[in-house]
Amino acid sequence: MSKHGIHNHIRKLRFEHDEMTQQQLADQVKVTRQTIVAIEKGKYSPSLELAFKIAKVFNTPLEQVFSYEPEL
Amino acid sequence: MLSMIVVLGIYYWSVFERFNSQVMTTDEQLQFWSKAILIAIPVSIITKIVVMIIFVIINYIITREKMAGFEDERDKLIELKATRNSYIIFGIGFFVSLAVLAFGYPPKYMFISIILGGIASEIFDNLSKFYYHRKGV
Repeated sequence: MSKHGIHNHIRKLRFEHDEMTQQQLADQVKVTRQTIVAIEKGKYSPSLELAFKIAKVFNTPLEQVFSYEPEL
Repeated sequence: MLSMIVVLGIYYWSVFERFNSQVMTTDEQLQFWSKAILIAIPVSIITKIVVMIIFVIINYIITREKMAGFEDERDKLIELKATRNSYIIFGIGFFVSLAVLAFGYPPKYMFISIILGGIASEIFDNLSKFYYHRKGV
């Protein structure tokens, strides 16, 4: 469930990348683990810079990490 | 937050005790309350630092997880929103203090309003941080 209509597939992508931990991802994009938890739960929409950094870690286009479905 | 309320509560309680035990002119009252607030500022800063150190130690003992030594973009956004909320509350407290003086109450009540506004803004700052961390920002 997302707060701003922004959905993400970070959990799935972490799983596909040798079950990368939240801490490992946080360290690579230089944020706290709590921020990764909040993004995964849809409680925080990251900045464009952070979104690109996360996509780069998974070596995938941004739209495969985040998607936008406006709330009706 | 609780430790802050307890420390400031004890401090201001002792201030009120001293204030009630003395007979002062209006000028002396203004000086007394100004001193009390000026002393309260470093007291609250030192309390915050000590509580933070104790919290980090206890947190590490319980979770064995080191706290991040930096603030990321989410932390900064939460900090900003919490500060905004606390400023609104302090502004209301300041407005009330002016209104108290305007309605002809003694300066004592003006300073009490400022002190209560300051404590309320501190409480709102902490509650806001707690809320944004739990519910998202």
